[in-house]
Amino acid sequence: MKMYDLPDARGHFGPYGGVFVAETLVRALTELREAYEEASRDAEFQAELAYELKHFVGRPSPIYFAKRLTEHAGGARIFLKREDLNHTGAHKVNNTVGQALLARRMGKKRVIAETGAGQHGVASATVAARYGMECVVYMGSEDVARQSPNVFRMKLLGATVVPVESGSKTLKDALNEAMRDWVTNVESTFYIIGTVAGPHPYPMMVRDFNSVVGKECVVQMPEMIGRQPDAVVACVGGGSNAMGIFYDYIPFEKTRLIGVEAGGDGVETGRHAAPLSAGTPGILHGNRTYLMQDEDGQIIETHSISAGLDYPGVGPEHAWLKDSGRAEYVAATDAEALEAFHLLCRTEGIIPALESSHAVAHALKLAPTMGKDQVILVNLSGRGDKDLNTVSRLAGITL
Amino acid sequence: MSRIASAFARLKADRKVALIPFFTAGDPSIEETVPLMHTLVKAGADIIELGVPFSDPQADGPVIQRSSERALARKMTLRKVLEMVTEFRRGDASTPVVLMGYANPIEAMGRQNFAALAQRAGVDGVLVVDIPPEESADWVRTVRANDLDPIFLLAPTSTEARVEQVARLASGFVYYVSLKGVTGASHLDRSEVADRLPKLQAAIPLPVGVGFGIRDAASAAAVAEVADAVVVGSRIIQEMEASSSADLHPRVAALVSELRGAVDAARRA
Repeated sequence: MKMYDLPDARGHFGPYGGVFVAETLVRALTELREAYEEASRDAEFQAELAYELKHFVGRPSPIYFAKRLTEHAGGARIFLKREDLNHTGAHKVNNTVGQALLARRMGKKRVIAETGAGQHGVASATVAARYGMECVVYMGSEDVARQSPNVFRMKLLGATVVPVESGSKTLKDALNEAMRDWVTNVESTFYIIGTVAGPHPYPMMVRDFNSVVGKECVVQMPEMIGRQPDAVVACVGGGSNAMGIFYDYIPFEKTRLIGVEAGGDGVETGRHAAPLSAGTPGILHGNRTYLMQDEDGQIIETHSISAGLDYPGVGPEHAWLKDSGRAEYVAATDAEALEAFHLLCRTEGIIPALESSHAVAHALKLAPTMGKDQVILVNLSGRGDKDLNTVSRLAGITL
Repeated sequence: MSRIASAFARLKADRKVALIPFFTAGDPSIEETVPLMHTLVKAGADIIELGVPFSDPQADGPVIQRSSERALARKMTLRKVLEMVTEFRRGDASTPVVLMGYANPIEAMGRQNFAALAQRAGVDGVLVVDIPPEESADWVRTVRANDLDPIFLLAPTSTEARVEQVARLASGFVYYVSLKGVTGASHLDRSEVADRLPKLQAAIPLPVGVGFGIRDAASAAAVAEVADAVVVGSRIIQEMEASSSADLHPRVAALVSELRGAVDAARRA
């Protein structure tokens, strides 16, 4: 088995990744990379991170055999990695704890973050409260409207939420605005990026902090069933929960890695957020990756029922895993995700996030094509409390 | 000698500082872009910096963001920007034109294709905000092979090693970002610029321009005392925003004349 050691020293995953930013940000990124490399080698930092993940986040998260969902699908056994049980309700906190500890180590007293669904914003506001830092969260004004419970959570936690009115008023514009804040306040401020995108070292660092998910699975699956799963399935927006569970499985070549993008109204309609399925390579937000863009290289508006997947790019490591063939990428539509959402609620008593419902939807398609002795592991990356307004509106239920 | 090098040689002989106005191609309208370029030259611009609009202008403040959004709403494209430069060249064979924008529209056209088309259109230099030196090896080769000057940014946070790297890669001129922030910010640090510029000029065998945060005649004059070129962007666009179609040209001309006067007076002083 050959060693997987990407990215290279300059943050490249094959032709993807890199540091495509204005000169004004280069030194901040260099300092961040050096601080992160130092922290990675520091046993004390690693011990503190492990302590926080255990006692503050509640790790390890369990793996759960979804028996009734499996019976419903008919075929391979479906297991769920329960990231929804983490403190704050999603995998996002694995990364924000890591970055907040790093911010503290670098002497930064102010953290900023971008958020789409609000999960990363909540996870950032949470750790800022935990470590006594000022927190500003940028959020597209469209997302502020459709994710109001998370906006309220962030405010309860003491964060300032800044609605972003530029561009498409969604996650990508929030990211632009956070970058502008960072470049202006670079000395006092640490930018906590929430996904495996952005300029190097972010894709690597966010992957590393989330890789605790896959590391646990590699130990837990043999304990439960005596071997590793045949397929690992995760939803992909920017791709942090998917990289988190995929990373330690990359050397297990018999385990298929399947990323599920947001198919929106259907990839064939053009109204979706599935750059790996239907986009082309380009440069956005500091890295080269697959993008949703028009023929003139302008970024186009995406569509997904799930705000957390509504992003026109994707982490560069996913772009590389796609081209190299190590991972496969498919899409699930809004309707399929919603059906999976309701099914998981009723068969297992688990209300999943709409993002994670895309992964469940694909597992439901995949399971019947596999034998009953085979195993699918789904990363249930978050819980659905934040989506109750969206789902009730679609289902015609008045809250 | 390239048009940019000739322009700076001429300015040096006249002991003058270059004035480089910036505005976005396609804003306030597609029809007015080329006439505005001529107006800027008549009012005293030495080099024109033309913005190529992009949907996600991360390094720009609200003024240039709005301008890009308006231009894109009018279906402005990189291809059309090149057509505008071709048209400008029919009436002006000597004023250098620098395109400033982001990597992705160029990537979509193809770097080689873009560089060849830009040269044919009469473009002289290209500043791609999000291609820093570490990602630029292939880019600089392609641009140079088509007789275009690769322009690079330097910032207050740039280390000496990076200044040397830019000195090796750049031609035409080097663009010093005078503040920590995005375009159009209002906190130009004059003493920082006055302190840093001589060091940059000693390390770089090219003219050094200063931009980001130059708001008026006074800040333009302060920068002109030390820099080889003064770049003004957001302020010009604000003037265009405040103009009606009837007084657009006179107002822009008056602003640029005022900046010209301030820049020239500062150097004589």
